[in-house]
Amino acid sequence: MIQIPTNAPLLGEILTGFIRNEVHKTGLSKAVVGLSGGVDSALSAMLAAKALGAKNVLAILMPYKSSNPGSQTHAEMVVQKIGLESLVVDITPQIDAYFERFPDADARRSGNEMARERMTILYDHSARWNGLVIGTSNKTELLLGYGTLHGDMASAINPLGDLYKTQVWALAEAIGVPSVIVAKEPSADLWVGQTDEGELGFTYREVDKLLYMMVDQRCTKPELITLGFTETFIDRVALQIMTSQFKRRLPVIAKVSQRTIDRDFRYSRDWGK
Amino acid sequence: MSIRIAIAQINPKLGDLDANMRLYKENIRRATKEAADLLLFPELSLTGYYLRDTVPNVALTLNAAERKTLKELSRELPFVAGLVEESADHRFFNAAVYFEKGEIRHTHRKVYLPTYGMFDEQRYFAAGDRIRVFDSKFGRLALLVCEDLWHPSTIYLAALDGALAVLCPSASPLRGIVDAQAQDDNARYWEMINRTYAETYSLFMVYGNRCGFEDGVGFWGGSEIVDPFGQRIAKAKYYEEDFLVADIALESVRRKRTMSPLLRDEDIDLTINELMRIRERPAAHFVQKLKGSKVQRFKASKKRKR
Repeated sequence: MIQIPTNAPLLGEILTGFIRNEVHKTGLSKAVVGLSGGVDSALSAMLAAKALGAKNVLAILMPYKSSNPGSQTHAEMVVQKIGLESLVVDITPQIDAYFERFPDADARRSGNEMARERMTILYDHSARWNGLVIGTSNKTELLLGYGTLHGDMASAINPLGDLYKTQVWALAEAIGVPSVIVAKEPSADLWVGQTDEGELGFTYREVDKLLYMMVDQRCTKPELITLGFTETFIDRVALQIMTSQFKRRLPVIAKVSQRTIDRDFRYSRDWGK
Repeated sequence: MSIRIAIAQINPKLGDLDANMRLYKENIRRATKEAADLLLFPELSLTGYYLRDTVPNVALTLNAAERKTLKELSRELPFVAGLVEESADHRFFNAAVYFEKGEIRHTHRKVYLPTYGMFDEQRYFAAGDRIRVFDSKFGRLALLVCEDLWHPSTIYLAALDGALAVLCPSASPLRGIVDAQAQDDNARYWEMINRTYAETYSLFMVYGNRCGFEDGVGFWGGSEIVDPFGQRIAKAKYYEEDFLVADIALESVRRKRTMSPLLRDEDIDLTINELMRIRERPAAHFVQKLKGSKVQRFKASKKRKR
């Protein structure tokens, strides 16, 4: 029986401390979160509110015309519950204007375009509101590359990036994210009827156990098979982690000088802070 | 003799010597006000921990102005600073320096530089090559920095060299969440070894950890003092800034060692003989490691002495 530890009280304390520290050391005291109505952004927003105070967190809801209306209802529920500052920016006009010129776009392209449009709005309001963009990508998505590069994967700081979806659920429940949001089926809501698990082909709870044993516990393939994972499943997930590595790195820079950024020019991001 | 020990559990600014020097001054003033006899600062707390390529920029040479400032400050009360030391031949050390009465009385260069997982210290620092206990106005003390203590040989040497208390400046990151365990797994491990070492070697463990975050890595704080009976006599807050003050009675070392004279019975010759044997005929998995230059150097120096 594989149990991914959560320890919600401790996690909550660490993550609020993280947000408070990392925001304050930039000289700011506010944050911006894109609220989708899903559990990840609800949790990020609640942690940010705990860390900085609800009035210092701006939640932006950015629906598209095909978005599930339930998503906006759930996002509003979170805004109400914590008393966040909030703003609705309908992205339909700009998305439709763009795809009028490129009508051949499939669901993947239009989904990515929407995710990146939302990113530009968050960053504009980051400047307007003087707040850092708080990330909402969890460890499961990041490892599987299940996110849009420079879209929902973009943020200034990310409190959830080292938490598997299973842990996000547990912490969200403990911290008081409305249960209807915790219980619902995860969806990127990029097209009608989309569900994450349907698209991925496995459930988060299944893959989290595998990822936890493979990544965190460094189990070898024979050890994973002994634990009951099928070879096909292991290979598939391992390949997905490998092929999405580019999404977790900065762009590759051609080295010509003695000191190349991030190769032999190495500084922490909190340099001087 | 009772000593009032203070630990400044601070959150330094990464790579900002001036800001951290101000933090040092504030904490030294506070310790003086609280009538402390000795103040411990955490590892690399004058510079920040994840320095990476800023190491040469914040390193203090023998003549650095900051060293003079620190010496002057130690006229108020003795303290241990955590800083980057630059040697005359331009090697950079992760060092803990004991300042007393306007002088540097002891420098410990971190011997074991973690370079695995989240750590990369050997990339930026040179490793110290000695473990020496020193005499202070309070008696014999040892300075060991963080990872040093994860190698039991360091505390073993310190204890046999006469340390009554081990001062350990640390920059220990929080990692590993465990269900139904109040703190992270690194905190659990440190608290276990502090207690075990204090009781096993019948000495005081004075552990000063930092707090705050650097690039998402949190330091868990939780500085503490454990007496020779393994009892925790003072504990700082976890995860946030704190200033710990506690009185320790060095006589309790005598009392503990009278009750269980383990150090008296320690057979140094036996240990040395066995270590010599292991070095000459090491277990198979150590052969490759010991073929390295350290053994050669050791043999050469032995010859010179003869």
